[in-house]
Amino acid sequence: MNGLDFDVSHMLAGALVLFGFMLLYQTRLYALINVYAAQAIVLSLAVAWQAYVQDKPHLYATAAIAFAFKAALIPYALHRAIVRLGVAREVETVVGVGPTMLAGLACVALAIVVMLRIATETDALAREDLAFALSVILLGLLMMVVRRSQVSLVIGFMSLENGLILAAAGAKGMPLVVEFAVAFSVVVALVVIWVFLFRLRDRFGALDAQALDAFQGERR
Amino acid sequence: MSDAFHAVQAILAIPLAASAALALIPDYRLSARLNVAASSATFATACALFGLDGFARPYLLIDDLNVVFVVLNTFVAFTTSVFSASYIGHEVENGRVTPGHLRFYHAMYQFLSFAMNLALTANNIGLMWASLEMATLTTVAMVGIYQTREALEAAWKYFILGSVGIALALFGTILVFIAARPVMGEGFDGMIWTLLMRRSAEFDPALLDLAFVFLLLGYGAKVGLVPLHAWLPDAHAEGPTPISAVLSGLLLNVALYCVLRFKLLIDANARAIAPGPLLATLGLLSLVFAAFMLYRRRDVKRLFAFSSIEHMGIIVFAFGMGGPLANFAGLLHMVMHSLTKSAIFFTVGHIAQVKGSQRIADIRGLTVSQPWLGWTLVAGVFAIAGLPPTGVFTSEFLVVSSTFARSPALALILVFGLLVAFGALLLRLQGMAFGEPGGPEKRSTASSAPIVAHLALVLLAGIYPPPPLVAWFQHVAAMLR
Repeated sequence: MNGLDFDVSHMLAGALVLFGFMLLYQTRLYALINVYAAQAIVLSLAVAWQAYVQDKPHLYATAAIAFAFKAALIPYALHRAIVRLGVAREVETVVGVGPTMLAGLACVALAIVVMLRIATETDALAREDLAFALSVILLGLLMMVVRRSQVSLVIGFMSLENGLILAAAGAKGMPLVVEFAVAFSVVVALVVIWVFLFRLRDRFGALDAQALDAFQGERR
Repeated sequence: MSDAFHAVQAILAIPLAASAALALIPDYRLSARLNVAASSATFATACALFGLDGFARPYLLIDDLNVVFVVLNTFVAFTTSVFSASYIGHEVENGRVTPGHLRFYHAMYQFLSFAMNLALTANNIGLMWASLEMATLTTVAMVGIYQTREALEAAWKYFILGSVGIALALFGTILVFIAARPVMGEGFDGMIWTLLMRRSAEFDPALLDLAFVFLLLGYGAKVGLVPLHAWLPDAHAEGPTPISAVLSGLLLNVALYCVLRFKLLIDANARAIAPGPLLATLGLLSLVFAAFMLYRRRDVKRLFAFSSIEHMGIIVFAFGMGGPLANFAGLLHMVMHSLTKSAIFFTVGHIAQVKGSQRIADIRGLTVSQPWLGWTLVAGVFAIAGLPPTGVFTSEFLVVSSTFARSPALALILVFGLLVAFGALLLRLQGMAFGEPGGPEKRSTASSAPIVAHLALVLLAGIYPPPPLVAWFQHVAAMLR
């Protein structure tokens, strides 16, 4: 692999982590969805670049799915859902932005320390790709923890999944990557359909995961 | 081309075809019968696997380990379909579901059966992951079928936690592939379990360690291991009772099977982390935590859901300890737990229909007002609490005695957890089964055949376990190391 190939994959994977961070401090739902869409575009570019570098045409399909589904369809559906359901446009946070960013930094540091130490036998690109992918996964998990609204919970999960697709695409010669991308799109689609169909607002009063706290099963 | 391969094809094809057919049949009485017929055909085919040689193909695999799981799985799926046929009609009469919902329910039941059988027979670790994902999504839809506020919340919680578990398990699967790539080369070979097993010793141990952590968290969330268990009680309590039985008796086992496959893979690499202590710790933690949680339950289905967490803890602990005796005990306990717990859920389902409530406080004096249901519940709880002469006693005794021989301190914690759980179950049982009956009751039209069959098998395993079965389990236990 020559220098340029390496640098471009590096830059794209790094941008994915950067967008992962940007998701953490968005306070408005629309902005959150737009940043997610931008992350999905970067993901599709990163996967397409891997397809070119590894000369694996089937990865172009994964890139196309990522673009069509995650960068276009899902953000559009979520925008519509917000308008239709009249969800509050601001995102309520459980933890403040400052501590969240610090926790995010800790996640990325952890991912890099763990991966660079462990994956010594694999080549440099795969190793750093994995470190970036694990960072995106941990940032997604963090996002699911620190946000209250169900839409941002869903976005946290989808950004976690972006990290998975990056890891799968970066694993040279991994079969079934397209199938994994499709399988995850099904999960994501179901989650979004769920938010749509069941109109959680109607039942809980707000699209707020905190409403779930009232339900601890036996306090009826 | 082996006969076993045809049998596996049939085990997968029958539920899939039945699922498609059931989606087209509007009459729920007919579809309940078809559901039973398809499940019994699948079970009969699975039984044939006992006499056939195993095989390993790129996508499917049959060896001595998964035959046990497949037969148990199809058997409980069959008896649950019988129970479901007698149970679900009442739910229509109660107005909790519409016939349209039941069409969906029956189609999903067979699809779940297909997905679980595929996960159990998959040789490709990617296929295994995908089929467990399918099974999870199917059960999410079924948990939410009543569409009450509680059911939707339970399904949502299960959905989110299950999806995160799925994601972590996929990351672990990718890491296994990356660890194997320098040895196995690119392409499909790096995802085929039997090929990976053969050369596992040459893989990068550090990557395998990390992979196992993610796989254990991901699949462990599905097993219901503490601290990833939060979805389990809700999903059990709010879904239809046949699904509670299927979740406890089957889906937890399927997830456990995935963990075991990867445990074998990591075990085969001497330089990688020993997975046993990790499993034993999580198992013991689940057991003790769930045992204490049993005391505060007010909902009867939730009570037995926590009891499932407790028993999965015991099973995972036994497999974590390893060695022929503990593995044997783990396998036996898994089978006994599946049979007993689904029998209890069948009983509880009928009780909830008779009483019109799942609250423990509303259920009193059952042995007086509903002798048959009451005494069945007593028998089931005695069995699950591990009293002799049931099979659960045998397996728990084996777990405890094999642990005492090797690490008495752990055995003490284990016994402590078992006793705490025992106390909680008896305390709750006393109120429900004995004393003055109270509250309105409907007539019971319970179908007793599945309950009797399960409890009889559990009793038989306690008194006289069939020697061929014991030999089979011993063989598998040796294979598990």
